[in-house]
Amino acid sequence: MKNALLFYGVYNRKGVSMDIFIQQVINGLSLGSIYALIALGYTMVYGIIKLINFAHGEIYMIGAYIGFFAITSMGLGFIPALIIAMIGCAILGMAIEKIAYKPLRKSTRIAVLITAIGVSLFLQYTTVFFLRPEPRIFPKILTDGRFNIFGLKAYITYQQLTIFIVTILLVVLLQYIVHFTKTGKAMRAVAFDKDAATLMGINTNNIISITFAIGSALAGAAGVMVGVYYSAINPLMGIMPGLKAFVAAVLGGIGIIPGAFTGGMIMGVIEAMVSGYGNSLYRDAVAFLILIIILIFKPTGLFGKSEREKV
Amino acid sequence: MLKLENINLYYDGIHALKDVSLEVPEGKVISLIGSNGAGKTSTLRTISGLSKPKSGKITFKDQDLLKVAPEKLVNMGIVQVPEGRRVFAPMSVYENLELGAYLRKDKDGIEKDLQRVFKRFPRLDERRKQMAGTLSGGEQQMLAMGRALMSGPKVLLLDEPSMGLAPILVREIFDIISELNQLGITILLVEQNAKMALSIADYAYVLETGKIVLEGKGEDLAESDEIQKAYLGG
Ligand SMILES: Nc1ncnc2c1ncn2[C@@H]1O[C@H](COP(=O)(O)OP(=O)(O)OP(=O)(O)O)[C@@H](O)[C@H]1O
Ligand SMILES: [Mg+2]
Repeated sequence: MKNALLFYGVYNRKGVSMDIFIQQVINGLSLGSIYALIALGYTMVYGIIKLINFAHGEIYMIGAYIGFFAITSMGLGFIPALIIAMIGCAILGMAIEKIAYKPLRKSTRIAVLITAIGVSLFLQYTTVFFLRPEPRIFPKILTDGRFNIFGLKAYITYQQLTIFIVTILLVVLLQYIVHFTKTGKAMRAVAFDKDAATLMGINTNNIISITFAIGSALAGAAGVMVGVYYSAINPLMGIMPGLKAFVAAVLGGIGIIPGAFTGGMIMGVIEAMVSGYGNSLYRDAVAFLILIIILIFKPTGLFGKSEREKV
Repeated sequence: MLKLENINLYYDGIHALKDVSLEVPEGKVISLIGSNGAGKTSTLRTISGLSKPKSGKITFKDQDLLKVAPEKLVNMGIVQVPEGRRVFAPMSVYENLELGAYLRKDKDGIEKDLQRVFKRFPRLDERRKQMAGTLSGGEQQMLAMGRALMSGPKVLLLDEPSMGLAPILVREIFDIISELNQLGITILLVEQNAKMALSIADYAYVLETGKIVLEGKGEDLAESDEIQKAYLGG
């Protein structure tokens, strides 16, 4: 009898911890989806012009605002708002590239990096100026509700499920574009060797532009989904997720698309675990601890081969 | 068909090409020889629009090439196989060949050329799915040439195709070049291997520190004292 009770107690405690664990994984994967979508843009742009586009977090923020206005002012639903935000961000990304980065194609990397930080601040404070600094509440456009998972006390909400499915669809679409379309092949060729790509008749400027467009569209999708998930958006919301997605891209191996996706998911899950088990105050610090650890032990990231730099 | 007149090219103050003039008539094999750093690659880069000369003129069938965007030259039939092959290492052999046909829209023609390349280079056929970066040096050279052929070239600019290859492969590459020429493709061949380059050339130029110092018929140059001493170890 005593034994049975003891057994029950252990079982129960185990059950509870399992519930919490699964719940944190679910929360982590939805947060990770957002990081993954942003990280993909970082990695694609880095892959093609070796630039850390520090304005990328702001593209995500503007995506959230475009989604917000599409829903509140135009009365659109989730999917149309998502598509409009993606198109808007694609145009914004191409414009940033054309105006800010293209003239510096032959400049030093530090000059371009400083410009990227400048663009980032410019976008933050223009948004503050025109759209006010205070947060806006994203309307609830996805029905509340949740599924129970495997009979455990863990749940996945409709929002989380939506984020997850949309992310998977976008990543599959991206992989299809990159691997099976002519443009995707040209993107890989330009990323590897611009002169050789030019000799094939590829217009490298166009391909760079398209890369910015695709990466920015993914960030725009992430922005709308974060609005739906966390319900509040503000002009400085891009800073932290931007930095974390950058860490995710480095974690997966910067320039490597599957790496960015995996890195984003890992970052999301780690962050959820830290919040769930430890202290949520530490969760931002953990992201940068991860960055430091990768840079020390495997600077090429999880998916990176040790020597891939070209001549 | 292709003509360079008084080309001057600078790299941050280095005068890499000094008044270079040369002519590539239709249907011929023209060789450009010279030692390391003579400016051979620079000459081809200038023709392909990858380097912009400070002065001079390049014409192709009387059209001013310096006004054409580099990626448009392929459409005109000016195709380069760059030094060091420059295949797209993380992409498959098949994808590399597809990229050669990037600007072409004639699906049937592309398929036909693809079969022709595979027939000419059976090793590429066997390795369609292999990553280009894992090919041997000789295979990479074949891929680079196959890729160029997929663009449907009228003039082929070849930058040291024999570099780093075993003698038997060098032979094969030169045979292929002659073969392509017989098919009607005009060739501008850059080489350090002067003997081979002169043996198949209708006409040749010798480049030294950015300047054309000698030119003449292939066989005449091969016999001249200067060439014997400087390049053929005679
Ligand atoms: N991008 C560059 N920047 C600065 N100098 C360059 C650059 N490319 C070439 N040069 C210089 O221009 C000169 C000619 O170089 P080029 O590559 O044309 O020679 P090459 O005849 O092809 O030599 P090799 O047989 O070794 O390939 C060399 O002195 C080289 O150092
Ligand atoms: Mg050279």
